[in-house]
Amino acid sequence: MAHAHTLNSSKPLGHGSSVKRHTGLMDWITTVDHKKIAILYLWAGGLFFGIGGLEAILIRIQLIKPMNDFLDAQTFNELITMHGTTMIFLGVMPVIFALMNAVIPLQIGARDVAFPFLNALGFWTFLFGGILLNLSWIMGGAPDAGWTSYAPLSTSTYSTTHGVDFYTIGLQIAGLGTLIGGINFLATIITMRAPGMSFMRMPMFAWTTFITSAIILFAFPAITVGLVLLTFDRILGANFFEVGGGGSPVLWQHIFWIFGHPEVYILILPAFGIISEVIPTFSRKRLFGYSSMVFATILIAFLGFMVWAHHMFTTGLGPVANALFSVSTMLIAVPTGIKIFNWLFTMWGGQVRFTTPNLFAAGFIPTFTMGGVTGVMLASAPADFQFHDTYFVVAHFHYVIVGGLVLGLFAGLHYWWPKMFGRMLSESLGKWTFWTFILGFHMTFFVQHFLGLMGMQRRVFTYLPNQQFDLLNLVSTIGAFLMGVGMIIFLINIYLTSRRPADASNDPWEDGRTLEWTIPSPPPEYNFKQTPLVRGIDAFWKEKTAGHTAMTPAEPVGSIHMPSATAIPFVMSVGIFIAGLGFMFSRDEFGNAFMSFLFNNYIVTALGLLITFGAMLIRSLYDDHGWHIEPEELEGR
Amino acid sequence: MMKTWQAVKRLLPMMSVFALILAGCGREDLSVLRPQGPVAESSLGLIKLSITIMIVVLLIVFAIAAFVMIRFRRKPNQTEIPEQVEGSFKLEILWTVIPLILVVVLAIPTVKQVFAAGNDHSNDKNAVKVKVTGHQYWWEFEYGDYGVITAQDLVIPTGKDIAFELITKDVLHSFWVPSLSGKIDTNPAGTINRFSFSAPKEGVYRGKCAELCGPSHGFMEFKVKAVSNEEFEKWIESRKAPAVLPEDPALAKTFKDQCLQCHAVGDQGIANAPDLTGIGSREAIAGILINDDTREDGAPVEENLKTWLHDPQSVKPGNLMPNPKDLGLSDAEIDGIAEYLANYKLD
Repeated sequence: MAHAHTLNSSKPLGHGSSVKRHTGLMDWITTVDHKKIAILYLWAGGLFFGIGGLEAILIRIQLIKPMNDFLDAQTFNELITMHGTTMIFLGVMPVIFALMNAVIPLQIGARDVAFPFLNALGFWTFLFGGILLNLSWIMGGAPDAGWTSYAPLSTSTYSTTHGVDFYTIGLQIAGLGTLIGGINFLATIITMRAPGMSFMRMPMFAWTTFITSAIILFAFPAITVGLVLLTFDRILGANFFEVGGGGSPVLWQHIFWIFGHPEVYILILPAFGIISEVIPTFSRKRLFGYSSMVFATILIAFLGFMVWAHHMFTTGLGPVANALFSVSTMLIAVPTGIKIFNWLFTMWGGQVRFTTPNLFAAGFIPTFTMGGVTGVMLASAPADFQFHDTYFVVAHFHYVIVGGLVLGLFAGLHYWWPKMFGRMLSESLGKWTFWTFILGFHMTFFVQHFLGLMGMQRRVFTYLPNQQFDLLNLVSTIGAFLMGVGMIIFLINIYLTSRRPADASNDPWEDGRTLEWTIPSPPPEYNFKQTPLVRGIDAFWKEKTAGHTAMTPAEPVGSIHMPSATAIPFVMSVGIFIAGLGFMFSRDEFGNAFMSFLFNNYIVTALGLLITFGAMLIRSLYDDHGWHIEPEELEGR
Repeated sequence: MMKTWQAVKRLLPMMSVFALILAGCGREDLSVLRPQGPVAESSLGLIKLSITIMIVVLLIVFAIAAFVMIRFRRKPNQTEIPEQVEGSFKLEILWTVIPLILVVVLAIPTVKQVFAAGNDHSNDKNAVKVKVTGHQYWWEFEYGDYGVITAQDLVIPTGKDIAFELITKDVLHSFWVPSLSGKIDTNPAGTINRFSFSAPKEGVYRGKCAELCGPSHGFMEFKVKAVSNEEFEKWIESRKAPAVLPEDPALAKTFKDQCLQCHAVGDQGIANAPDLTGIGSREAIAGILINDDTREDGAPVEENLKTWLHDPQSVKPGNLMPNPKDLGLSDAEIDGIAEYLANYKLD
């Protein structure tokens, strides 16, 4: 849809149709431009990340000393559940999608994603799913069964508020957005690469986005099914996980982790991609072992589906399963190790410049390696009998997700910020962010390895004194505050930067290697006036070394076909939101008869679905051919 | 890179403090790092093996990282383009094969131990068989061969293999005695787990629930009391003695009419809630109020019972014990029952 039409076609679609340009809020609600959707993902993801961060701080305050009564036990369980769920589904994944949206079309020389309408739909369903989930705080209590929501604790027998319903339905709606986004990036990367950009000439971030999207495609349906089953158990009285009715709690664990483990790779692979972009740029050297990096990425994704039961070693699957899943999990260390050494040898012989993005990338390597090695330790089932569900595991996955993914996201955000917003973030504030954040991080989580080994189990709202846990917990809490300081410095940096003029050049880091650095910062809405011709890996760097300052165009200047802005994705998401909320309360007793009538007869649910499907019908019945930017307008800029 | 060194300098004192703390390795009765039985020892053996391999890996990565980050920093007015190296077949083979070897080194003992752990002694005539039932938020231990049910304090003879069968009555729990063994979940009927461990040394070991099971998950503690064979037999015998009820007949009636509707003592009452036989000689009340007035975190058993009975919810939020006051018991009756229970001891 966003394909460019050549001048030669006699009557291209959409010619002559007038285009309505929206401004202000309507512009954001109706946009289908991947660059604006990226910014929406960033702000929404940032907001949820902030909420998740505050939840983390509250958790750490509660654990600062033994037998603390800052929070009660129920609130604590709600906080840990929402912290995990929010951070993974609503915090880091949208920021990953922000960077994918901002960068992927530019990196592969495309003018937008394959399905701009779906792109907007994906964002709005994620946002409304996230809002629904967080509404639980003010609508009778948040989910309290942990982000893993293990049955029977998550069934209506033991979790009697609507908390877990907000979890199942909120995640279902948000997960829809993720699935849509994944499919979109698969289609975009397969079909919309610029002429000359073969798969093996794609930048690593495009590769990891491609593989991540493939994992999403296969992993998210599992959680979708799981959430449907749990919703049916809770709201319609089904018996999939209800022990009394013959359901199996172990089944939920399998369904959850066959999604949940690939999810870990959905999170970390994009970070690998970011690091693989940042390190070559600031080492002024091409990525060492590009093809083995691609191979390792694919292998990690494949193995990622073969290891889910390592989360269930203590469930009692028997020695055969435990042995198989131990060995398959350990094998993942091999492709991951390949990546680490390739990054190190990219720097070897280069000219390494420690800008803020590269500082984060440099901090990522040792930190993530520490998370990786504890992962191999956990893979050994008999040792895991001791580690499982202790603070050792908490330390491990925070090393991987915060020390790996979040440091990677910081690297990516500082690196591509000028491309997204046209302004360079302050380098000195960026370095302050880095040092406070990474010091705080190690302080918070390094000690937790030892807490776990010393016998502190996870998800405890407090602990008895005299177990030698007190000092390490205090250190951990102080570290958490230091991380918070780092985040605040980052926010200050964003604010101050936004007040400066947008004067970033096309290639503000001067050593850009890929296509996004060949166009203005921020790019015009059509990205490339002429689709570039790609003549090798690191397309821009190749032109630079040949003495060129710009890409060779692959087409003459012509009119560019653009998709129309539309509010339909927004309306569809509002409809799903209403339907979800209606369904959740369909079994409730309301004070007044009218409300009971509306909810108990599924009228609210039907209304919501009517809005969604009605909007889809309108979308199908009225052809929108988009519009064109004519050559005169392109030259006029 | 001045800032790096400054940061390292700042970190050094902190790191040395950590090293001092960590030398402690935790409590003997609680820490994975101070195993008190063969199962925990073999787990620690694997942990030590894996940690050694991993520290070697980390040192290599850290050393290369430090070297390239210091040696290959861009110098001022360095403008020539570095050589664009595509890769190195030999190096890449090297860092594929070496990790693979390390994985094999770790995988072989892992698989061996996984199958060794599968040996659960459930058919071993010499083993003591215990059925563990998890409840929100307490543990029930049933010695089938002896016809004895108890709660919270698991008494075992030293040196013998204890064959466990684990089940839950409500949500999932996980049975964990870090200094004796790794943990295993208690699942509902249909997915019953079996495993075993032994304690060669006499002593009291701390046990915990390791699977989120509700608000008081963190308070679902229990004790494993390893005693000599003779003491164990003696405990079983005294445990089978007829129930002792409060001497005051009015109090005995209240106790029977209220408490024994859920609890049991000796041959009386029902075992829906923790068995109370000989509760006066247990290590803790409600798993967390430690009965030891010589320790700063402990208190006399009677005081602990009073704390618990006067407001169970404030001790263990979300637990299923009704507040005795709501059952119509007066403060005097509650104190009387606390006194009776505190003096209900087993030899």
